Amino acid sequence: MKLVSAIIKPFKLEEVREALTELGFQGMTVTEVKGYGRQKGHTEIYRGAEYAVNFLPKLKIEIVAPSADVDRAIDAIVRTAATGQIGDGKIFVSAIEHVVRIRTGEMDDNAL
Amino acid sequence: MKFVHFGRLITAMACAAIVALASGPAWAAVPDKGDTAFMFLSTIAVLLMTVPGLALFYGGLVRSKNMLSVLMQVFMIVCMVCIIYVTYGYSLVFTNGGGLNDFIGGFSKAFLAGIGPESVVGTFSNGVVIPEYVYICFQMMFACITPALIVGGIAERMKFSAVILFIALWVTFVYFPVAHMVWYWQGPDAVADAARAVAEATYDTKAQAEAALAAVMSDAGLLFQWGALDFAGGTVVHINAGIAGLVGALVVGARTGYGKEPMPPHSLTMTMIGAALLWFGWFGFNCGSNLEASGGAVLALVNTFLAPAAAALSWVFAEWFTKGKPSLLGLVSGVVSGLVAVTPAAGFIGPMGSIVLGLAAGIVCFVFSTAVKNKLGYDDSLDVFGIHAVGGILGAILTGVLVDPELGGTGLVDYVTKPGEAVAAAYSMSEQVAAQTWAVGLTILWTGLGSLILYKIVDLLIGLRPTVEKEREGLDLADHGERAYNY
Repeated sequence: MKLVSAIIKPFKLEEVREALTELGFQGMTVTEVKGYGRQKGHTEIYRGAEYAVNFLPKLKIEIVAPSADVDRAIDAIVRTAATGQIGDGKIFVSAIEHVVRIRTGEMDDNAL
Repeated sequence: MKFVHFGRLITAMACAAIVALASGPAWAAVPDKGDTAFMFLSTIAVLLMTVPGLALFYGGLVRSKNMLSVLMQVFMIVCMVCIIYVTYGYSLVFTNGGGLNDFIGGFSKAFLAGIGPESVVGTFSNGVVIPEYVYICFQMMFACITPALIVGGIAERMKFSAVILFIALWVTFVYFPVAHMVWYWQGPDAVADAARAVAEATYDTKAQAEAALAAVMSDAGLLFQWGALDFAGGTVVHINAGIAGLVGALVVGARTGYGKEPMPPHSLTMTMIGAALLWFGWFGFNCGSNLEASGGAVLALVNTFLAPAAAALSWVFAEWFTKGKPSLLGLVSGVVSGLVAVTPAAGFIGPMGSIVLGLAAGIVCFVFSTAVKNKLGYDDSLDVFGIHAVGGILGAILTGVLVDPELGGTGLVDYVTKPGEAVAAAYSMSEQVAAQTWAVGLTILWTGLGSLILYKIVDLLIGLRPTVEKEREGLDLADHGERAYNY
């Protein structure tokens, strides 16, 4: 099992969710996050006081999938979240040791 | 001194001022119900302008951890000054102060002594009166909003207790004297009665009657005697508070982290709501300063629409050209600077004059609130100096220019030549601008020095600032034990 964490542009969430749902992925956790990469921040001006805003608002989506399905998930995210502009985000994939469904106690693949 | 400018004294007509004729003229005028209703509504409009208008305008501009402290300071000032005003404030502003009458009134109406529902005061027209109670409340609202403006200079870093003590002292030693100097006079009926007595005097009584007229003319505040025009409080309200805010920003010092940490406004939405309520309430402020529902009030109405509209345009376009983007904060700041600038001028200048005044105010206040503040490095958190003092000074001086009948203004009024009638008086632009400038100068000096001394006294007694830890935590929790937003 793998955890796929993707940082995406906030307005791309719905497209990404639809693509993953079509592929059969059931469930996702979304967190509002701030950060920066190559995109850097922007400048805000309030009556002449200029502030460099370094941390930009992004969304982090997390799904856990059987290892065999991970490449399809990554493809779907890359396809739907990309705008071609700087700041589209990144995907991190890591291994998951165990998954437990709290309601039933089912384990691992059965719990996904 | 008083008689040097005697010719000008007669022509002086200051603003929201009047005189309290408790005894009333011989023919006992009765208040018009329309005038009374007009003043009643104007008075509560000024309350709306302060709470929630000014409170939200300022509150949106601070960080969310200090939101309640700003709302609380503004609201508390209103409540406290109401009580102070009826205790001794009204009396100090609008009665004769004996030997100190040039600067301050006396205590003869302390606790509103001798005033009842039937008491009346004069307006700017001969033979027109309004109930004294509505006049007191109208003036009381001015005394409430003026110190509340100062909060903009010291926001986010002055202890609540220190703010309250400072404001109680400030209205007493700065606001009441300046209001007396600008607005206290005997009123048109007293002037007309005395002038009529001179006209009717025989050879034997002439000298006596002339002395009586001179006494009536000189029974007025110093700036009034100088012939300075201030329709609704450019000097008394805006320069007064704006300078006190700047002195506060300098004496209290910058917010911890100023210039190093971002301090963006936490809710420009609230600032916009506050600015819109300020504009709405300002009609009470400016039109009500005419004291009766007559031509002067509707002139103030049209000017109070046009000057802020013009100032918003000039601020927004100046910002667009120099900073690249037109901002909402720029627009509402422009509106407020136009309102400030038109305050002393509202009933004196023509509609086209108010557009010129507004355009100038938007540009000048924009430069002071952005470039000048950043260059000099003082932390006037909410630009009470850049908008209220600068806009007030510009408005006060340009009032002297734009009152010119040739430029569409109303000109000056003479209550003496034809007793009982207000006729046009001679106008000289240079003399009027000089009178305006002297009034501005004296106000800056009085409030600058007075505020400095009072901040120092409060600092010695209880200290001005919270600890750095408390300031970092935010004044909402440190001073009031509550927070504005619980998500």
